[in-house]
Amino acid sequence: MITAIAQGGPVIPHFERASQCIRENRQFCPDWFFDNFNRVFAPRLVEHIELTGIAVGIGFAISFTAALIAYTRGWFETPFSLVAAFVYTIPSLAFFQLMVPITGLTVTSAEIALVSYTLLILFRNTLTGLRDVPEDARLAARAMGLTQAQILRRVELPLALPAIMAGIRIATVTTISLATVAAFIGVGGLGQPIFNAIQSGFKTQFVAAGLLAVLLALVADALLVLLQRGLAPWTRARKA
Amino acid sequence: MTTAESAEPLRGAAARLAFVEATKVYPGRRTPAVSNLSLEIPASEICVLIGPSGSGKTTAMQMVNRLITMTSGDVTMDGRSIAGADETELRRGIGYVFQQIGLFPHMTAEDNVGTVPRLLGWPKERIRARARELFELVGLDPDEDLRRYPSEFSGGQRQRIGVARAMAADQPLMLMDEPFGALDPITRDRLQDDFLRLHKEVPKTVVFVTHDIDEAIKMGTRIAILREGELVQYDTPDHILAEPANEFVADFVGADRGLKRLRVWTLRDLKLEPAARDGIAGPAASEEASLRDALSLMLVEGVERLTVLDERGAAKGTVALETITRLIGPEQPAVEA
Repeated sequence: MITAIAQGGPVIPHFERASQCIRENRQFCPDWFFDNFNRVFAPRLVEHIELTGIAVGIGFAISFTAALIAYTRGWFETPFSLVAAFVYTIPSLAFFQLMVPITGLTVTSAEIALVSYTLLILFRNTLTGLRDVPEDARLAARAMGLTQAQILRRVELPLALPAIMAGIRIATVTTISLATVAAFIGVGGLGQPIFNAIQSGFKTQFVAAGLLAVLLALVADALLVLLQRGLAPWTRARKA
Repeated sequence: MTTAESAEPLRGAAARLAFVEATKVYPGRRTPAVSNLSLEIPASEICVLIGPSGSGKTTAMQMVNRLITMTSGDVTMDGRSIAGADETELRRGIGYVFQQIGLFPHMTAEDNVGTVPRLLGWPKERIRARARELFELVGLDPDEDLRRYPSEFSGGQRQRIGVARAMAADQPLMLMDEPFGALDPITRDRLQDDFLRLHKEVPKTVVFVTHDIDEAIKMGTRIAILREGELVQYDTPDHILAEPANEFVADFVGADRGLKRLRVWTLRDLKLEPAARDGIAGPAASEEASLRDALSLMLVEGVERLTVLDERGAAKGTVALETITRLIGPEQPAVEA
């Protein structure tokens, strides 16, 4: 590909046998996209889902624990917020590059950066959700003889769930978007075909990978909405 | 406490409650919020704690389930000190109803009502049966309403669920902190009536906090008037209205305490004079009517005698205007049937 750029023209696969659309390198050639989906895009899509899933999963585990600690021990909120906000401000390209000397050109490097970006939103939303539990529900629970642990498990966490899920939705969509940049350090994902296409100038591949990332974000968001409705049926109950 | 073993169906366990020189001093305050409060509440009574704000009525109530820790003194339930009881166990044995209700928005009405039974480890079918029974008792529809969420109910209905929840494990004691205070007057009146009817069926011991003297007179079998943390008078509504202990109580119950007193009694409580032989002449009222309503009717109709009807609508006797006005006159004879 480097040589192709040196020769000046776009490198388009199977140029001679390609369709008119491909030969003219139009914005998007559906026939090529569908012919090459399994080979070019499917594995990258799977990698992308893995990158995102692991990042949000680990990010949630850390943020949730941190939020529980901050909820019971108020002093913990500020230091964790500061750290989470600080890493959030690091430009993503720089963050991935920054990790390379430490953990190499590995998925670990990518995940450390991606996880770091989820912390702020997941921590904030979980903590806010817990704090916004109506005081009267908490008092009723106490007066009925629920222990602190029972109040947390049976009252506070279920009531914080919509806020927690809202955080997970934002973190997921953001991570899907950011994970394309992770291809910069060669860990695959939908960023890979995009990087390749930027270098080769092949528009269809560029547009298709971008569209797939957007589509993935929309589908993931929709699934999370369904999950939230399943977990929190009361949020849909009609008002009197 | 005695809740877990209660038999099906709801049988109305009731505890004897006593405050023994109970005192609460909040840290940093010089005067106690509640000072040496001693008060005995026999089983199945509705004791209303009333007083202006800052009188310590809610503080006194919350000592009972240890939402507030006493500084000194004691509270006993059936002779046993609450100080020695396990906190969560104690609270599971005491129903708690408050103005903001505090239903759990994420639970159906049934799960809300079943909260304490679940904590006590009741089997599912038993909780379900109890919820159905309570819904009928508090005037909700067990078939329609049990599966709905709190947000789907009106304020009055929510408080009915709140009351049901506070009795679900047949708790022998109920604490009610201005339970109807946030409701509109018509709904409040209906809930008060329904609660009194419910209390007749399931006569639990109730401690009821309010700042509304009319509500106190209506709901209480006994009224404790508090002022700046001290008990000023503890007596039946009738006695408090007839013989206020001091100026403060007289002021507090209001200048119209004579008329208020008429609300405590119904025509059934009076010794009636025989009815006219030729049936009902002139205005008539049910024997369930309060003396206040009877008086009002006589004044409105401009008559001096009223026919009193029994449940079937037959004339039971008559009552004279003078009989009623004499009750609130300077002599204040005791009412006797």
